[in-house]
Amino acid sequence: MATKVDARGRSCPEPVLMTKQAIESGNVDLEVIVDTEVAKDNIIRFVKNKGFKVNYEENNNEIHLFIRSV
Amino acid sequence: MYKKFIILAGLIVGILGVLLVKLGNPPNMGVCVACFYRDIAGALGLHKAAVVQYIRPEILGFILGGFITAFIFKEFKPRGGSSPFLRFILGFFVMVGALVFLGCPLRMVYRLAGGDLNAVVGLLGFIVGIYIGIQFLKKGFTLGRSYPQKNANGYALPIIAILLLIFVLIKPAFIAFSEKGPGAMHAPVIISLAAGLIVGYLAQRSRLCMVGGIRDVLLLKDFHLISGFVAIFIAALIGNIIFGSFNPGFADQPIAHNNGVWNFLGMLLAGLGSVLLGGCPLRQTILAGEGDSDSAITIMGYLIGAAFAHNFSLAASPKGVPTGGQVAVIIGLVVVFAIGFSGCLVPAFKAQKSSSVKGGVTGGN
Repeated sequence: MATKVDARGRSCPEPVLMTKQAIESGNVDLEVIVDTEVAKDNIIRFVKNKGFKVNYEENNNEIHLFIRSV
Repeated sequence: MYKKFIILAGLIVGILGVLLVKLGNPPNMGVCVACFYRDIAGALGLHKAAVVQYIRPEILGFILGGFITAFIFKEFKPRGGSSPFLRFILGFFVMVGALVFLGCPLRMVYRLAGGDLNAVVGLLGFIVGIYIGIQFLKKGFTLGRSYPQKNANGYALPIIAILLLIFVLIKPAFIAFSEKGPGAMHAPVIISLAAGLIVGYLAQRSRLCMVGGIRDVLLLKDFHLISGFVAIFIAALIGNIIFGSFNPGFADQPIAHNNGVWNFLGMLLAGLGSVLLGGCPLRQTILAGEGDSDSAITIMGYLIGAAFAHNFSLAASPKGVPTGGQVAVIIGLVVVFAIGFSGCLVPAFKAQKSSSVKGGVTGGN
């Protein structure tokens, strides 16, 4: 099951840092929840640079990012 | 696409900064977010330094440009509740640090581009401050999460900006306008406002942030935001060379002093405080326009910090840094470190191996 990271409402760069720390603690299957476009863009840029696959769904002002190792 | 846009945004911000100086703004101060809040604080009578009182339309443009752009792109999201009073205090001391250096991070870039080598010393302090801030972030520093709020929370600051815009146009007697000094130096209102709106749009779309640029390089090896920072510098440098306003050196730089220790420590305080806030004064202003009421409170901290800086002779001048300003920077560093340590009491990342996610599970509330 995907490890969930709730980064809603966090200031920059906490959402991407939380994602980074989750990846570094060995998680390869993540669901990160954020609520701003900035956090979404930052996380996508970061995980793509790390070679992860990412897609996302938006609903109710929340963005769910699904991050997997390729 | 994003990369090209942030570089384009940086180039335009750099050129506008040089042009605003040509059209009347103080030297190397096309835009200084900290100095301009200080001028607004003076215009509203919060301090009585007669030479720095003016309602800067650029700032109103940032707020309104950020607001309108966020609205159009559906990013206007009223939100708040992430340690507002601690943000106020951080904003207060970011302003004190900036006024001891004599410039916000953005003016630091313009000063660098004008050849003011004191800004190199400031930049070193800024980088060290950001590095310290990153250590707090790595230890899990957070001011806690914000929550969605009612729309009125997001409309309040743009409405105040419109009111201030009316004041700068009709100049009522109860608003103070400098007759000499930096506060009296300004581009025509309409040009300042237009430049502010353009920068507001560009900064909202590109997420331009001076602190974020260096922070992301050190923390994430991500060179995205810093490319905007570098673009501002290059455009302003070329503009200054063309207009003959590039004068390299330490001595006799416009609206600057050459006390290296306090240039360094002032920017260290501003950089550290801004990392803990999540962005530089420009970025906070744009976020406030987007409806972030925590950023609006941070701006109130800037205004009151500026008022204190001039009411109690803390702010530097070309003559140097008053003793009070030196003491205030030390106190600021102690306070900001204390806030940094207090925000690290919970782990930044605590994995949730369950299917239900509740608000604030990662702590910090």
